[in-house]
Amino acid sequence: MQSIERAAAVLRLLAGGAGRLSLGEIARSLDLAKGTTHGILQTLRKVGFVEQDRVSGQYQLGAAMLRLGTGYLDVNELRSRSINWADPLAARSGEAVRIGTVLDGQVLVVHHVFRPDDTFQTLDVGSLLPMHATALGKALLAYGATPPASLDRFTSRTVGTQRELAAALRAVRECGWSADIEELTPGEASIAAPIRAYGGLVVGAIGISGHVERLCDSRYHPRPHLVANVRDAARAVSRDLGAARR
Amino acid sequence: MTERYVVAIDQGTTSTRCIVFDRRGQLVSLAQQEHKQYYPKPGWVEHDAAEIWRNVERLGPEALRRAGATVDQVAAVGIANQRETTVLWDRVTGQPIGHAVVWQDTRTDTMVSELDTEPGADGVRHRSALPLATYFSGPRIRWMLDHHPGLQERAERGEVLFGTMETWLIWKLTGGLHVTDVTNASRTLLLDVHTLDWSPESLAFFGIPRAMLPDVRPSIGVFGTATAAFPGVRIGAALGDQQAALFGQTCFAPGEAKCTYGTGSFLLLNTGSELVRSTHGLLSTVAYQIKGEPAAYALEGSIAITGSLVQWFRDQLELITSAPEIETLARTVTDNGGCYIVPAFSGLYAPYWRSEARGVIVGLTSYITKGHLARAVLEASAWQTREVVDAMNADSGLALKTLRVDGGMTADNLLMQFIADVLDVPVVRPLAAETVSLGAAYGAGLAVGYWPDLEGLRQNWHRAAQWLPTMEATKRETEYANWQRAVSRTFDWIQA
Repeated sequence: MQSIERAAAVLRLLAGGAGRLSLGEIARSLDLAKGTTHGILQTLRKVGFVEQDRVSGQYQLGAAMLRLGTGYLDVNELRSRSINWADPLAARSGEAVRIGTVLDGQVLVVHHVFRPDDTFQTLDVGSLLPMHATALGKALLAYGATPPASLDRFTSRTVGTQRELAAALRAVRECGWSADIEELTPGEASIAAPIRAYGGLVVGAIGISGHVERLCDSRYHPRPHLVANVRDAARAVSRDLGAARR
Repeated sequence: MTERYVVAIDQGTTSTRCIVFDRRGQLVSLAQQEHKQYYPKPGWVEHDAAEIWRNVERLGPEALRRAGATVDQVAAVGIANQRETTVLWDRVTGQPIGHAVVWQDTRTDTMVSELDTEPGADGVRHRSALPLATYFSGPRIRWMLDHHPGLQERAERGEVLFGTMETWLIWKLTGGLHVTDVTNASRTLLLDVHTLDWSPESLAFFGIPRAMLPDVRPSIGVFGTATAAFPGVRIGAALGDQQAALFGQTCFAPGEAKCTYGTGSFLLLNTGSELVRSTHGLLSTVAYQIKGEPAAYALEGSIAITGSLVQWFRDQLELITSAPEIETLARTVTDNGGCYIVPAFSGLYAPYWRSEARGVIVGLTSYITKGHLARAVLEASAWQTREVVDAMNADSGLALKTLRVDGGMTADNLLMQFIADVLDVPVVRPLAAETVSLGAAYGAGLAVGYWPDLEGLRQNWHRAAQWLPTMEATKRETEYANWQRAVSRTFDWIQA
């Protein structure tokens, strides 16, 4: 925990108006060994809280520090980093893949891969989906996104009350994935899992959607191999984003 | 039954990757390692071929480990490689002689412009179907023979071998098989593109001894069996990276084209068994050859600066912190505000070929924000594509109906939509962004019967995304005219 205190001190120092500081200056100011300071700075640099000037080698606060509390990961960056894993998910599951993140209490679709049957489909990147009625939304809600104040009903199966929603999200946290079974559109289902970045923070969700008969068995349970495909893809993206293996 | 796989080695300019593919052509695992870039003088770019081989030796087993597979589950290995990069090595010790001279390297420019005016130059151009340019391997071999004392004599005695990267890797993988494929050989200036063998006249023109050259083989067909990295596995294919991408996109029919959007971009159009000589500044090249079949040819248009313009925007202007953020910034505005960026950083390539041109930003007013600049950056890639497509349509007499795209920049939806808008044809991304590796894997799998035929490979191709043109024709024409006016402002900047 000492290292967290020291990291906080480094950030305060850099935020203190001194502008760019060298490794030596930071170590001297905080009375730390250069090696220790260097280790802290490298970790802070990795998460984007600190930036190093390429020419002088001096350190300053990073852009991620200024964006704390707003967007954590640029949505176009999220797409770019997950594209290699979204394609195999579509191929293995035979279903359309979407990646979503939170925007103003809704799910923003940041990436969409067509269902691989070469039928006519339209890209819906940029469209918004309700949080409580989609697997993507529930995966995001379960790990920290703020639930919507009013729960609009889309079908008879849509989660209707905050209590029901809280129970559903608990279940998501227990099993690590989410589903919507005819909760947004009759005849349609979706399965999703969270995408994590550094430190395990959930930055998005990846999932598949399609006809309920294809995604679910005769008892309306999501098919286990599809759930496994979705979770594998989510883990692969998370690994690329720097989340620890779990 | 145990699952069997095909492995692709993608030996690129900045990194080497080993990728494991399954029967559906889907990526199972990937291992990647960058290698060092050497810039000993301005315009010089070198790689250490020994380092690249060490990376392949390590990445192969690593990719298999990540796939949870063993080497006996690998049906075949295919190679896709950076083209025109020139390696010389000692036949006995296997040690590279100096660093490999990379395709971007322009050290041969004086020599090439001298050779260009010599009497035999027309013959070289005709037989190779290429212009005499620093881009290709032949002049690099000449340069290396001139600059290492005693090397010419050793080469004549067969003690020194030449290869592009696939030749070097196959030699290392098999412990001494010295072969190349027709696509890589077609980028040397030394190949006769009709006989598909080295031209004695072209070799004489450059003074390159035949003894140092590898045997030319079809791109797809078993080259030999690996004894290192993938012991016991057959090497089923080798293709230059852009030809591999064309194959990976299953552009097997004349008229089918793909564009790979990376640092630079490469548009290749399959012209079938007929070699089309460009009169609009494009290159003619071998697309692929399957063993026992005639070669397929292609027209190629290369755009020097596309992704690297985004990198410039990120690293030199520091207006974004990561490349994908260009789209975020571009979406802060609804149009380019009248601003155009022509990235003629080292002259203009196809279809202009103006080496004295330099980049411009035009249409600047006090209204312009960094958002407009970001738009202009993305639009520049689209307009450059349009110019190459226009040249291809003119050369081939075919009008492009659909553009298949791949590469890192296909993640940029704004760019892909804009390309569809300015070409006025649908732009389609397949369900496998790694088409370079996939092409090598497809070729290798085809050679050993892992996949039955080209039709079987076509079945694997699926549409993952499609962008349809939405721009009005009048707007497209006005914008294109503006772009062309911007391009004309770059001409004659460097004065002789």
